[in-house]
Amino acid sequence: MKILRTLALGASMIAICCTAASAAGLTVGFSQIGSESGWRAAETSVTKQEAEKRGITLKFADAQQKQENQIKAIRGFIAQGVNAILVAPVVATGWEQVLGEAKDAKIPVILLDRGIDASKDLYLTSVASDQVKEGSVAGDWLVKTVGDKPCRVVELQGTVGSTPAINRKKGFEEAIAGHKNISIARSQTGDFTRSKGKEVMEGFLKAENGGKNICAMYAHNDDMAVGAIQAIKDAGLKPGKDILVVSIDAVPDIFQAMAAGEANATVELTPNMAGPAFDALDAYLKSGKQPEKFIITQSKLYTPADDPKGEYERRKGLGY
Amino acid sequence: MNPRYRPLAATTLIFIVAYALCIMQYPSMWSTRVLGNFLTDNAFLGIAAVGATFVIISGGIDLSVGAVVGLAGVLSAVLITKLGLHPLLAFAIVLFVASAFGAGMGAAIHFLRVPPFIVTLAGMFMARGVASILTQDSIPIDHEFYRTISSLYYLLPGGGRLSVIGLLMLLVFLVGGVIAHKTRFGSYVYALGGNPTSAALMGVPVGFTTIAIYALGSFLGGLAGIVYSLYTSSGYPLAAVGMELDAIAAVVIGGTLLTGGYGFIFGTLIGVMLQGLVQTYIVFDGTLSSWWTKIAIGLLLFMFILLQKLVFSAQGRRTRLQKVPA
Repeated sequence: MKILRTLALGASMIAICCTAASAAGLTVGFSQIGSESGWRAAETSVTKQEAEKRGITLKFADAQQKQENQIKAIRGFIAQGVNAILVAPVVATGWEQVLGEAKDAKIPVILLDRGIDASKDLYLTSVASDQVKEGSVAGDWLVKTVGDKPCRVVELQGTVGSTPAINRKKGFEEAIAGHKNISIARSQTGDFTRSKGKEVMEGFLKAENGGKNICAMYAHNDDMAVGAIQAIKDAGLKPGKDILVVSIDAVPDIFQAMAAGEANATVELTPNMAGPAFDALDAYLKSGKQPEKFIITQSKLYTPADDPKGEYERRKGLGY
Repeated sequence: MNPRYRPLAATTLIFIVAYALCIMQYPSMWSTRVLGNFLTDNAFLGIAAVGATFVIISGGIDLSVGAVVGLAGVLSAVLITKLGLHPLLAFAIVLFVASAFGAGMGAAIHFLRVPPFIVTLAGMFMARGVASILTQDSIPIDHEFYRTISSLYYLLPGGGRLSVIGLLMLLVFLVGGVIAHKTRFGSYVYALGGNPTSAALMGVPVGFTTIAIYALGSFLGGLAGIVYSLYTSSGYPLAAVGMELDAIAAVVIGGTLLTGGYGFIFGTLIGVMLQGLVQTYIVFDGTLSSWWTKIAIGLLLFMFILLQKLVFSAQGRRTRLQKVPA
């Protein structure tokens, strides 16, 4: 009797599964680094949403910034016999053994937003953003916006020597390279923080004739831009009009500034790394299609024309 | 049953009941894979916890273990990859350095009469600092020997793996148990933890024993660091941050008295396994925040301290009552 009931339940579940999204019924383990930044918290919530949308059972393990916890979690997922494993690796080294075990157990592994130093056949694919592209999208926007007018830009860099700071600077410089009218007048680090961004911008404004010589401000992240906007206002200028403001990340606060007309553009570093990962996984499990080894997420440009109020509402609950 | 064994029996019973409950909810937790993972994933914690057991039985505490694990891992990585030494030679150097470090802390505790808490706290900062000066990043160890060790395992039926480091941990527990319960040094450790003054009066070489205990603790910390480097094939200065507290928790949950003089090496093994069980359960559940591990361990710890209080105060009352008629 009990067996019959189980069978009936199973049959009805299969029926439900196949009318809904095709990845339904899968169990996927997700080993997340932790919740050290707002973006990462948002990545976690978006991953959970994406899994729910597709009917995937997500087993979530927060590693509290420790590699040993991530390895334990991955082993736990293997022992459980999940269908696939997502990992956002906390460090680049030391993954051969545990990913080898996953491979032996025929469980595909997908890396999210960071790479590892290991043989490429240990993982199915990796999903990450292209940071150089982010910088160049911001640069292209500026080129298009100012046209032929001369424009002196001040740049707020991220933490010195960090990969995103180097890449976002490089991308922006590449985009403005062919345009003689646009030049970077000053460039300093604001450490990716709001307070440092404000402080450095105050210095720029003083050095550039109270800000009258500055036509645009480019910040490597939105937090520094928000700080700089405050500095521009304190100096008696109108951010977004007197000085154009363009930055990267697309966090909720920049959309608030955009809605108030104080920011002009932001390039999204999407927290949705899981969506493309689930799509690749689905195609792989259904038809054996090998995805590209490196899936690059879209670096989407947002301007005041893209409903900043709505974007703010959509993002504010994600944990940024 | 001898009341001395009650805390040990309680720990073992709790582990069995908890594991049975987990299996009832997730039948796949009863598999050789999970059992193999218990050993492999907790190998470095277990080895370090054996050292912590000796230190705590002697009435001391060692807060430097986690930092020694990190330092040993980084030192192994540097010696192998930068200086090109053979891993076995590097291991010998690492174990020597770690033991000397522990002996130094033991000497400071004995001769300068500084509380172990303070000395090993200083040791913790020093070891972690040195590890971070050697390197800030994680150094990958790409050596034939490491690949051989990590590919060596005994495949159990059902896909579980008995790894070298898992077996090494069991061996350390075995040897630790023999030293604690069957040797003269072991009885010195218990005597020292029971009452240092009477131990000295009975002829226990207090200075030598103290130095040897901390040297042994750091030696096992060094061994745990080597195991950690084998576990991740790399050396990382921030490895095992706060692990000393997990080790101490395992020791106390395993029935060892924090005030010293009483405890079992085998109990520590159960304490480590119980922590592994909680973590595995949380991964299997997949919806609970991993911070629940800490809450569960905290509750277990509190429960055991309470249990010890009850057992030992009951014992104390009985002996007093027996003495009255005489």
